[in-house]
Amino acid sequence: MGLTLHSTGAAALDSGLEIKKHAEGDLVIALAGNPNVGKSTVFNALTGMHQHTGNWPGKTVASVQGYARSDGQGFVLVDIPGTYSLMAHSAEEEVARNFICFGETDAVAVVCDATCLERNLNLVLQIIEISPRTVVCVNLMDEAKRKGISIDLKLLSDRLGVPVLGMVARRKKTLSALLATLDRVAKAPRKHTIKVEYDTIVEQSVAYVEKALAGRALRRLNARFLALKLLDADPSFLRELDGYLGNNFLNETLSAALVEAREMLSESGFDTETLRDSIVTSLSQTAKAVVSGAVTYRDDPREGIDRKLDRLLTGKWTAYPLMILLLAGVLFITVIGANYPSEWLSKLFSLLGMWMRSALLYISAPPWLIGLLMDGIYLVLTSVISVMLPPMAIFFPLFTFLEDVGYLPRIAYNLDRPFCRCRACGKQSLTMCMGFGCNAAGVVGCRIIDSPRERLLAILTNTFAPCNGRFPTFIVVLTVFFAGSAVGAGATLRVALLLTALIVLGVLVTFAATKLLSATLLSGTPSSFTLELPPYRPPQVGKILIRSIFDRTLFVLGRAAVVAAPAGAILYALANIKAGDMTLLAHAAAFLDPFGQFLGLDGSILLGFILGFPANEIVLPIVLMIYLCDGVMSDLGSVAEIGNILVANGWTTVTAICFLFFSLMHWPCSTTVLTVKKETGSWGWTAVAVILPTLFGIAACAFVNGVANLFAFV
Amino acid sequence: MDTALRLCDIAPGDSCVVRELTTTGSMRRRLLDIGLVENTPVYCIGKSPGGDPAAYLICGAVIAIRATDAATVLVSR
Repeated sequence: MGLTLHSTGAAALDSGLEIKKHAEGDLVIALAGNPNVGKSTVFNALTGMHQHTGNWPGKTVASVQGYARSDGQGFVLVDIPGTYSLMAHSAEEEVARNFICFGETDAVAVVCDATCLERNLNLVLQIIEISPRTVVCVNLMDEAKRKGISIDLKLLSDRLGVPVLGMVARRKKTLSALLATLDRVAKAPRKHTIKVEYDTIVEQSVAYVEKALAGRALRRLNARFLALKLLDADPSFLRELDGYLGNNFLNETLSAALVEAREMLSESGFDTETLRDSIVTSLSQTAKAVVSGAVTYRDDPREGIDRKLDRLLTGKWTAYPLMILLLAGVLFITVIGANYPSEWLSKLFSLLGMWMRSALLYISAPPWLIGLLMDGIYLVLTSVISVMLPPMAIFFPLFTFLEDVGYLPRIAYNLDRPFCRCRACGKQSLTMCMGFGCNAAGVVGCRIIDSPRERLLAILTNTFAPCNGRFPTFIVVLTVFFAGSAVGAGATLRVALLLTALIVLGVLVTFAATKLLSATLLSGTPSSFTLELPPYRPPQVGKILIRSIFDRTLFVLGRAAVVAAPAGAILYALANIKAGDMTLLAHAAAFLDPFGQFLGLDGSILLGFILGFPANEIVLPIVLMIYLCDGVMSDLGSVAEIGNILVANGWTTVTAICFLFFSLMHWPCSTTVLTVKKETGSWGWTAVAVILPTLFGIAACAFVNGVANLFAFV
Repeated sequence: MDTALRLCDIAPGDSCVVRELTTTGSMRRRLLDIGLVENTPVYCIGKSPGGDPAAYLICGAVIAIRATDAATVLVSR
C-alpha cells in the first residue's frame, strides 16, 4: 500500500527526475541498495522527508530526491530504485545503473542489510567497480545483533577499500557520520578499492580493450569498468553511453580492439551468456571471500523465531484461515472503533452548521447563497468527513502495522499458487492490498510486476479491491441493513464478518476477472517469479501512527474533501434549477430509473455512482442528497438517520445487496482511470479497465435482482 | 554426489549445494542475482500452502521460487 503524497493521485502521474541543487557546490549523492534494506528510511532520516517505506521489493518505483546539509556542505540525495544488481534486467535496474554511471554523482551510498550482507555485497562490488567514491552503509545492525550475527566493519572496510559504516537507520543519531564520510569520499576518493578478479581469459580481454581506451576522455567512467561493459555489449548501456560520451566514441581503434577481444573470448568458448555468467559468478565468489571471517553467525539461521512464524503464517493448514482471521480482526476493530467518533463528529458538525446558518442570516445573506453554502457544500463536505475519517484513522494504522512487520510479502507467497492458476503473478496480491488503500496507488504499484502481460492483468483488475473510499459506505449500509436485531459488540462482529465476506468476494472476483482476461485478451503463460520474504521486524508504533495519519488518512480525506465541496455545490444547483416542473436532478434520476430498477437499484443510486466518478467517498452522500433534494436534512452523519432516509426511499435488503455489489464492481474513480492511462499508455486498455468491472457489476446486480424477483423476496 | 537432483526436489528441512543452472535469459540472470551460483549452499525452509512456490534460504535471505523455476537449478546434497 505505497500510498503517499508521492505515489497517490495526480502526483503519481509525474515521475521525471531533474537534479535540483540549492548551491553550486552541493554534492549529488546516489542512495543505492537492494530492495527492502531500509534505503528509504535512511533517505527520510537524512532529508526529513516522508518518502514511504514498504516492506517488499520494488517499492521505490521512481527516483526521488531530497536535500540535506552538514557542516556547511549541501547534499542532494537521490533515492534510486532498489535493485539486486546493475546488469539492467529490469526497468528499475536500468534506472539505477544509468544514474550511477551517467548521473554525474559525486558519491554513492550503498545501503546494505546486515542480516544478509553477502547477497548485498554483489551490488556493492558492482558499484565500487563503477566508482571508488562509494560508502557502504550496513543498516539494521540491531536486527543482526538480535539474530546473533556479528560483523567486523573494520575488516570489511579494509577488504573493500571503501568506508563501511554500521547503522540503525530507524535511529537517526546512528547516521551522524554518513554525510561527513560522503563528503570526504566525494572530494578525495580512495585509491585502492577492491578489484573483482574475473576468469583469466576475461581479464585478458578486458585489459586489451582497456589499452584501446587509454587517452580517451571518459568523463567520470573508469576504463576497466567501461571495457567490461563494452565486452558485455548490453544494447541499453551502449545507447546511454552514446548520449554520455558522444556518438563518435566508438571509433575505429576501439571497434577493432573490441572485435579482437571478443574473438579471444569466443575462442575460449565464451558467448554473451557465458560471459555474463562468469562475471556474476566472480562477483559472488568475491562477495563470499569478503564476508568470510568478517561476518560470523552465533545461531543457525535455519531456525529461530522467523521460521516458527513462517510455519504458522504460511503453513499448509494455517495460512488461509489466519489470513481471513487477520482481515476480520482488522475490520472488527475498525467498525467498533469508528461507531462513536462518527456520531460525535456528525453532532459537532450539525451544531456548527446551525451557528454558521445563524451567522449568515445575521449578515442578511441571500437565501440562494445560504442554500448553496450550507445545504450544498457544507452538508456534503461534513458528511464525507464524519463518515470517512474515523474508519480511516483506525484502518490505515492497522494495515500499516501488518505491512511494517513484514506480513504483506507472505500474503503474496500464500496467494501465488491461485494467481498462478489464473496465469498471473503472485505479486498481484501485493498490488491488490495496495488497492485496499487506494486503487490509484495500487495501479502504480503494479510496476513491481516484471512481465508486461501480468502487469496489465494486475492493473485492469485492481479496482475489484475495494479502496478506502468505499469502506465507510460498506460499513454504513451493512450496519443499517444487516446488523439485524443484534446490538453492541454482536452487531459489530456481524458487520465485520459481512465486510470480510465482501472483501473475500472482491478477491474471488479478482481471480475470476484475471482468469477471464488471461483466457481472452491477455492470453499467455505465467512468467518466472522470485520473491524475497524479508525478516519479520518489530513495528515502529510511533512512526506507523504518524505515517498513516498524516501521509495517508489526511491525504485521502483531503482529496475527498476537495472533490466533495464542488460536488456539493453542483448538486445543490442541479437540485434547485428546474426544467418544467422537475429539478434537473430529478430529470436525470427519472431518466436512469428503468435501468437502475433492472439492476435492483434506482435512478438516484445510479446517478450517485455517475456523479461520484471523481471519488467513491461521495457516492452515498450524493444518493442521500438526491433523495432529500426537496427537504432540508438535519443530521446526515448518524447511521440511524441515514438508514431512515434510505428505507423511506424504498431501499430493501435486495437494494442494499445490489448497492454493495455495484459499489464493489463498477468503473474506477477518475484518479485511478487517469493513472491507468498513464501506466498502460493506451486508451484502449483504459477503456477495458472501465468496462470490465462495470460489466461484472451489472451482471452481478441483474442476477441478484432477477433471483430476488423470481422468489418475490421483496 | 548425485548431480541429477533438482532444487524443486529438495524437501523442506533439507539442504543442498548449487551445481548448475540450466535455464537461460532473464530468469537465469535473476537466479544468479539472488546468489544461486556454483557451490552456494541452499536450505529449503518450507512450501506455501498451495504446495508451490517454496521458500529457500540463500545467502542469508529467504527467497520464494516456483517449482517450474526451481527445476532448472541442478543441485547436489
